[in-house]
Amino acid sequence: MLIFVIRRVLMGLALLLVSSFVMYMLVDFTIDPLSDLRTSTDPSAPLQMEQRTEMLNLNAPPWVRYFDWLGAFVTGDFGVAWRTGRSVSDLLGSAMISTLQLVSFATVAAIVLGVAVGIVSALRQYTTFDYLITFFAFLMFSLPSFWVAVLLKQWGAIGFNDFLADPVIAIPVIIGIAVVTGFVWQLAVGGDLKRRVIHAGLAALAVALVLLYMQLTDWWLRPRLDWVLLTVTSLGIALTVTTLSTGLRNRRSLYTALSCVALGLVLYYPVRYFLFSNAWLTPYMNYGVALLLGLVAIGVGALIGWLWRGPDWKQSARTGAISAFLIAFLIFLDKVMSYWGAYMAAPAIGGRPIQTIGDRAPNLGGNFWVQVLDQYTHLILPTLSLMLISFAGYTRFSRGSMLEVMNQDYIRTARAKGINERTVVMRHGFRNSLIPLASIIPVDVIGLIGGALITERIFSRPGMGQLFIANLNADDIAPVMAYLVIIAFLAILANIIADLLYAALDPRIRVNA
Amino acid sequence: MSTNDPQDKRDPQDERDDPFEAGETSTGSLDPAMTAASTTDEDGVVDAGQAENAIELREVEGLSQGQIVRRRFFRHTGAMAGLIVMILIALLAITSIGFNIGGFRIPGWWPHTAGALNDILNPRGGPTLRMPWDEGGFAIGEHPFGQDEIGRDIFARTMKGVQTSLIVMGVIGAVATVLGTLVGAFAGFFRGKTDNVLMRFTDLIITLPVIVIGAVLGKKLGSADPIPLALALGAIAWTGLARLVRGDFLSLREREFIDAARVAGASTSRIIFKHMLPNAIGVIIVSVTLLMSSAILLETALSYLGFGIQPPNVSLGQMINNYQGSFNTRPWLFWWPGLFIILIALCVNFIGDGLRDAFDPRQKKVPSARKMARADRRTARADARATA
Repeated sequence: MLIFVIRRVLMGLALLLVSSFVMYMLVDFTIDPLSDLRTSTDPSAPLQMEQRTEMLNLNAPPWVRYFDWLGAFVTGDFGVAWRTGRSVSDLLGSAMISTLQLVSFATVAAIVLGVAVGIVSALRQYTTFDYLITFFAFLMFSLPSFWVAVLLKQWGAIGFNDFLADPVIAIPVIIGIAVVTGFVWQLAVGGDLKRRVIHAGLAALAVALVLLYMQLTDWWLRPRLDWVLLTVTSLGIALTVTTLSTGLRNRRSLYTALSCVALGLVLYYPVRYFLFSNAWLTPYMNYGVALLLGLVAIGVGALIGWLWRGPDWKQSARTGAISAFLIAFLIFLDKVMSYWGAYMAAPAIGGRPIQTIGDRAPNLGGNFWVQVLDQYTHLILPTLSLMLISFAGYTRFSRGSMLEVMNQDYIRTARAKGINERTVVMRHGFRNSLIPLASIIPVDVIGLIGGALITERIFSRPGMGQLFIANLNADDIAPVMAYLVIIAFLAILANIIADLLYAALDPRIRVNA
Repeated sequence: MSTNDPQDKRDPQDERDDPFEAGETSTGSLDPAMTAASTTDEDGVVDAGQAENAIELREVEGLSQGQIVRRRFFRHTGAMAGLIVMILIALLAITSIGFNIGGFRIPGWWPHTAGALNDILNPRGGPTLRMPWDEGGFAIGEHPFGQDEIGRDIFARTMKGVQTSLIVMGVIGAVATVLGTLVGAFAGFFRGKTDNVLMRFTDLIITLPVIVIGAVLGKKLGSADPIPLALALGAIAWTGLARLVRGDFLSLREREFIDAARVAGASTSRIIFKHMLPNAIGVIIVSVTLLMSSAILLETALSYLGFGIQPPNVSLGQMINNYQGSFNTRPWLFWWPGLFIILIALCVNFIGDGLRDAFDPRQKKVPSARKMARADRRTARADARATA
């Protein structure tokens, strides 16, 4: 195993080296740093050309310049963008965070949603739901992301902001939304007519009630999770997690999840109003602390599971950890949302919270919570437009892989043993269907980084893609090369991780052979 | 590289157990199974599995592989719809504004050209297209898709953009097919060192997103002439195809009919091109089709970023880039090019899906759950009547 890892890493480094050389030659071939001077009518143009040639060492053959650049690059000197005179490392710093944020959110969202929809689609193979999903997946494959992004800007941002000026959903619209949700839900649930009707009715009713509740309590302008919503959502989380993780029959697991809900409700008030208050944690909050708190929640959830004992305490601990984390996240979300009103009223926002430009509002100020809110209002539309395409990919892929698995003999064996459908699907089917995904994710991440080029441009996010395009246009090789090397590095790393993951997940693959 | 490498295990969907018995032979040699099924039929004890098998065989009896594939493809509703729409779009784009061939101009029936400035008819150059439900009934008018702010006809421009996209798609598809097939075939057939070199070369190209390399190349090659850009994009788009073909060749070269050809004294090139390639054609066609749909999106995206087709030529992506700012005032400038990109890509995707189903022997047209239930009920009723 170790030899395999070392071999892969060495091969990756060699690949990176060769790739950087090829890309340097290619970029050097495409750009012309003197282009603006060639067409210039300035009498001093020839002199400037000479100076620039001198400065950039353009008379030397490209491979000499490559080795100069490489020598500096490996010592950590990424060079200087000569047009602006800024060092590339400065430029990259903030751009990288912005891009990574966007790409990672889009990846996670696409994987979670895509896999879920794909698996349901596979379980309902050749039903209306399946055909519907297939059609939408094809449609999404065919959508140019720049086109979608313009539409999102128009309807998602401007439309929603206009809606927020007077947030009233008409009753017929609520009924319409509820009916459509109910219809789609019954398609996904399947089964006989009675089951379908019951599920459609329940789903429609739930959606209508939630929308009505939001409307009546002025939720759109003062979003929050009060006792009612927190209880309802926490219970929903507990039941869903338990169902998927161990099944409701496992009473200890269910009790663990419910204990987590109870603990969350008890802790809600003190955490929300004391721990997260200005006097306590708020001045020290950052993503590190938030992550730490999340880990604490996971620990507490697992502990509750362990306390319920039983021979299968590990399953309870797993259920507890997932539920506790999600419930803790809800409380976190509530705190963030409590700043919504102040955020809307801020002069930098002016009552139009969904942003279409940049990755943060200028001169906003405010504490951690406001910053989080601000980042997410900027992130939501780019993430949506970026994830749509890979969402379709994951849907198709997980559908195919789930179908492959569900036709295996061991699934038949599992059914023949009398295992209930949940266990067959979740334990025997779902887990195995995830293995091939390990190989598709890195490829997809590379695609998303490429897609970020377009998304960042449309939403004017100052990310790496913007940096790349701007400097490619400005004939500035240093930042372009830095971008290319970082992307290639990420891609190679992702591929190595995928291979290792694959080898770890699938025992049939012997890596040291 | 050894076959135990995890990379060889990828894409379970595409890893099919050889789609064909040797491509040249028909599947007519399966009669024994047929007779077995019919004898059980006579006994009145129909084994479900055998019966199903028999139906399946009767379906393809006496047909060559090509005929089976063609039949399955023509039965695929989505693919046929995609094919028809695609042909209609291509015909519309080619005949309406005409085209240049070798400096020779073949005129079309549409009076306007993509570049000419016309008087602005409607306020802000709005579309003259009227739908049947509009007042005044259906009408095409002078500028059905509207005009831009300087009076150019959007229909002509869109058609020109469609032509550009189709050319780019065709060239990318052709270049990628040739390169990908050759690289994959040689890597898979010769294995060992050749395989290693070729696959490392493929890895080299895969390390960067296609659009990023495309932008770098497009900066130099993007011009009014779409051909150089398309050739360059084709030269980087073949990697996925090469991997699939290689996988197919690795398994094909172990088959008996290849040994037979070799024993009969066939040369290496004859074995590769006459015996193995026809057997890998399914994988190639399907993957090229899907590649072509992403080629369209790639070209439009590059043109959108300004690294693709340059004026005076028109590209759909370039149109959207130019006109996106006027979404509020002149939405038609934005809708039409986008609609045609989606239509073309969607058609190609559906055709690719139909081809995949047609070439995949494991794919059977399965009736929907509702139809199955109805059939069950009918047989149950018939049974009940028979026993009564």
